[in-house]
Amino acid sequence: MTTATVERAERPGRPARSKEPGPGLLKSIARAWDRHWYAWAMVAPVVIVLGVLVLYPLGYGVYLSFTNATAQNVATDIGPVHVPASYHFVGLHNYWQILSGQDGDFYPRLEWTVIWTVACVGITYSIGLGMAVLLNRPMRFRLAYRLALILPWAVPAFVGVFAWRLMFNSQYGVFNDVINVVGLPSQDWLGTPFAQKVAVIIVNVWCGVPFMMVAILGGLQSIPNELYEAAEMDGASPLQRFTNVTVPGLRPVTSTVVLLSTVWTFNMFPIIYLLLGSNTSGDTDILVTFAYEKAFVGISDYAGAASYGIVILLILVAFSTFYRSRIKTEQS
Amino acid sequence: MSATTQRGRGQRGTGASLALHATLLAASAVAVFPVLWIVFISLGPDSAWQQPGQVIHHLGLSNYRFVLLHSGFPHWMLNSVIVAGATMVLGVFIAASAGYAISRMRFPGHRQLMWVFLVTQMFPVAVLIVPLYNLMARLDLLDSYLGLVLVYCTIAVPFCAWMLKGYFDTIPREIDEAGRMDGLSPFGTFWRLILPLARPGLAVTAFYSFLTAWGEVAYSSQFMKTHYTLAAGLPTYASSIRANWGAMTAGSVLIAIPAAVVFLLVQRHLVTGLTAGGTKG
Repeated sequence: MTTATVERAERPGRPARSKEPGPGLLKSIARAWDRHWYAWAMVAPVVIVLGVLVLYPLGYGVYLSFTNATAQNVATDIGPVHVPASYHFVGLHNYWQILSGQDGDFYPRLEWTVIWTVACVGITYSIGLGMAVLLNRPMRFRLAYRLALILPWAVPAFVGVFAWRLMFNSQYGVFNDVINVVGLPSQDWLGTPFAQKVAVIIVNVWCGVPFMMVAILGGLQSIPNELYEAAEMDGASPLQRFTNVTVPGLRPVTSTVVLLSTVWTFNMFPIIYLLLGSNTSGDTDILVTFAYEKAFVGISDYAGAASYGIVILLILVAFSTFYRSRIKTEQS
Repeated sequence: MSATTQRGRGQRGTGASLALHATLLAASAVAVFPVLWIVFISLGPDSAWQQPGQVIHHLGLSNYRFVLLHSGFPHWMLNSVIVAGATMVLGVFIAASAGYAISRMRFPGHRQLMWVFLVTQMFPVAVLIVPLYNLMARLDLLDSYLGLVLVYCTIAVPFCAWMLKGYFDTIPREIDEAGRMDGLSPFGTFWRLILPLARPGLAVTAFYSFLTAWGEVAYSSQFMKTHYTLAAGLPTYASSIRANWGAMTAGSVLIAIPAAVVFLLVQRHLVTGLTAGGTKG
């Protein structure tokens, strides 16, 4: 269909172009419009929604990040009285505050955010892969296992988080009883910073494994059986079949889910925020939850939150650009 | 044919079989336990979370009665259903038309659009929430269903369009050509021929957008002042002077069970739909 459209559109276009050497910008826009208006019309709703509700706020956020806006100096209406905004432009001051480490312990927080992301994505991916490989074979009760393993995905994150909060309770929580049975000592899971960090990772892994598992299961099913048969004929052991057939066959799925879940985990807001709530000592805040608290707890520091947000966004854009270009060179 | 070869490969000794089932049983237990635990606690008296052992002797529905009759829960539920339902319908429709255009038509900007879809996944809540709050206030959309639905669309639509583009790519182009031959417009082809074929992909995106809206916390707790959704309402049980964990668990169960039942019913489609999007996106 592509070739058909291109040919149909190009043929009448070509003589026209040779007759008029400089058709001008307007004309080429008009021609592009004639050819593509249908496609543009079909993407227009998305573009409008994203433009108004993402690009505009983003631009406004960038603007705020160059000011010193807080809840005290933005424009407000107190009753009938309109108080105009009194914040002003401060240039790169906010960014300097963040990057020099004066505002909100940026570097320790970044370090914890990276540890959190790598740990969550790594553990989630490994467990998801293991479960998918186990499920991807004929056996009894397969459907029952699959339904059970998918269940955490079907539960809204905030509900899952409350269930875990109850289970992690240091005095009455069932989690300590369970790990005592295995022989591990009880912990104050939501009390000390280190235990809190372990706890949020456990909850995030619990929530994240089903998505990984389902995606990888789909990837496994798209690997042709003949490849396994051929490997078996050649006398490859199960481990060799895994490393030489399964892992390369999963590469497209892997690269997508790892990129997506890295981005999602880096920005994961509800789990940390709801699991620890006001109990957090601040050590457990990743960049996003810290920025959210800046914006909405105490005197709202809109400018500080916005600049934190922009820094987070830049980190993620840099990471994914790098990641995608590496995937591309690997594939070619 | 593939069945016979699989059986050949899948043949296991008793030991391997036991190990396989033991691992899967253990994993399933970990996955299911937290959910069963809140169901269990919710059936006890409202102090049950402190004495789980007592629940068996005092089974009852008092927590549910409180949640449904003496709290804002039904109202929050209604709000959530409206918002999530509208997000689902609007989100899937605009994501599908955009995904179709990107999959089938080569137009200036289609690469950039895919890139924008990926980048919007990276936007932290913190950078958008303040400007969005201001924008919503100016448009008088704070505390309104429409405002929240539009905000949720910005979260759900890019991912859905991305997945659906991948799904449409797997549908043969000959079908489009046949439709055009019969005199359908591109939109007619999309609407009458491709959408019905893409049902599994649509199911995935529908549920993705529904669950996004059903479980979103940050925006709904800041933007909704009277029309609380479930995510904004449920924490109010815990923020009072004495946290009412009984109500919390009962509310959680009421929120999770319907979502989980529907989710498990469509999960077959989820696998096919997600894979198509995931691998070819």
